[in-house]
Amino acid sequence: MNAATKPGIKRGVSLYSYQEEYYLRNLSLEQCIAQASKIGAYGIESIGEQMMPGFPNLSDAFYEKWRGWMQQYGTVSSCHDAMLDTKKYKHRLLTDDECMVEFERDLKHAAKLGAKVIRVLCMVKPEIMVKAVPIAEKYDVKMGVEVHAPYYFDHPWIMRHLEAAQKLGTKHYGLVPDMGIFTARLPRVARDRMERMGATPKILDYVSAAYETGELSEYIIFEARKMGGNQLDVAWAEQCRHSVNTNPKRLTEFMPYIFHIHAKFYEMLDDGTEYSIPYHKIIPALKAGNYQGYLSSEYEGNRHIQDAFPVDSVEQVRRQQAMFERLLAA
Amino acid sequence: MFDRYLICEETARNVTEGGKTTGFQFGARIAYYRGLGLSMVEGIGVSVDGEAVPSENIRFTVTGGTFTLAQMETEYEARWEFGEVATVTVLKPGGLAAGEHKIELTEQMRIAYLPFPLTGRDTKVVRIG
Repeated sequence: MNAATKPGIKRGVSLYSYQEEYYLRNLSLEQCIAQASKIGAYGIESIGEQMMPGFPNLSDAFYEKWRGWMQQYGTVSSCHDAMLDTKKYKHRLLTDDECMVEFERDLKHAAKLGAKVIRVLCMVKPEIMVKAVPIAEKYDVKMGVEVHAPYYFDHPWIMRHLEAAQKLGTKHYGLVPDMGIFTARLPRVARDRMERMGATPKILDYVSAAYETGELSEYIIFEARKMGGNQLDVAWAEQCRHSVNTNPKRLTEFMPYIFHIHAKFYEMLDDGTEYSIPYHKIIPALKAGNYQGYLSSEYEGNRHIQDAFPVDSVEQVRRQQAMFERLLAA
Repeated sequence: MFDRYLICEETARNVTEGGKTTGFQFGARIAYYRGLGLSMVEGIGVSVDGEAVPSENIRFTVTGGTFTLAQMETEYEARWEFGEVATVTVLKPGGLAAGEHKIELTEQMRIAYLPFPLTGRDTKVVRIG
């Protein structure tokens, strides 16, 4: 049984996770795929503009090579992350018709990779999605709007997307939740970076602790100012407003619309848990909803430590995948 | 993001054409997690030893060609790929004097989902000659 047809929750990696190594040319695209395969994370999610130079004008030879890698490493293409550069022109946004051209381009690319899903950025309007549905159906590639903090499942913008999808009754318009919507604790690695930049440790600690209690962001921001916080301290407090800690049980309820999952993480600890995001609550909720898609690792800690420490994305992803293995088997 | 990697300091050198030193250049990476079409790279700012370089004296070279900043505004084909070391050339007769110089690079990008421009900044001491 291959990776794509196995029933149950499947493990995968978004190559976004290995951006640091790719950026510095320490890992090639093929080596990133090989790393994911090595740890049994067979679903490969990719961003054309990140590791496929020349995108969107890729040659047939590239796609052949890609399919060859999938075969060689026992992997499948799980998802293509579409970007939709609506600000391509300096003085105007893309028109709806121009957006459709981009959608068709991305859906076609996904189909050529063998991906069944594209991730659509959450800022894309429901009206645009509705127009793109016939194209998605033509290529049989599902479009999932990313539910990324500060959006969350019940956010009015996401609700509008769901209502639009329900009205059409299509199987090609849904969601790709990013597990950052379950941020129970602000990333410690981000806090420490703020301290290195010149923030006040006492205020950073106050903010992190207050966030964990669920205190309203506006109160925390106000308090950080009152404590005499500098610009960085206040920026850290404002991070509370960009972060959300919602109930993982909501995953079960929204399951019919969940096509793919961004398993965001910032820091895997030595004990095999993630500092900010409670996967021990997320995975049971996915099981309860009989989720059949991918848990796609999305490491985003590198940007918080790269100024001061060597980044080892490969090890971070390995640890997260080991945690998934353990939680999935439980 | 990636700020410490933007300037590739070991690539800094004077540019000589027809026996004349016409300026200096250095390699630069993008401060973002993916590549962008050049029209979305809104600004490339350089200062040397605290002095800002006039933007018309900057040339930007990627695999797809060499551009002035004004040309980049309407360049919809050439891209600055993720991790690609582009070349920033500063036109300056005589180039830089031999020795150490402090170079500051700022990059400003227009990103669909960000309400504000994305900015990256790096400062490195480079050695010429």
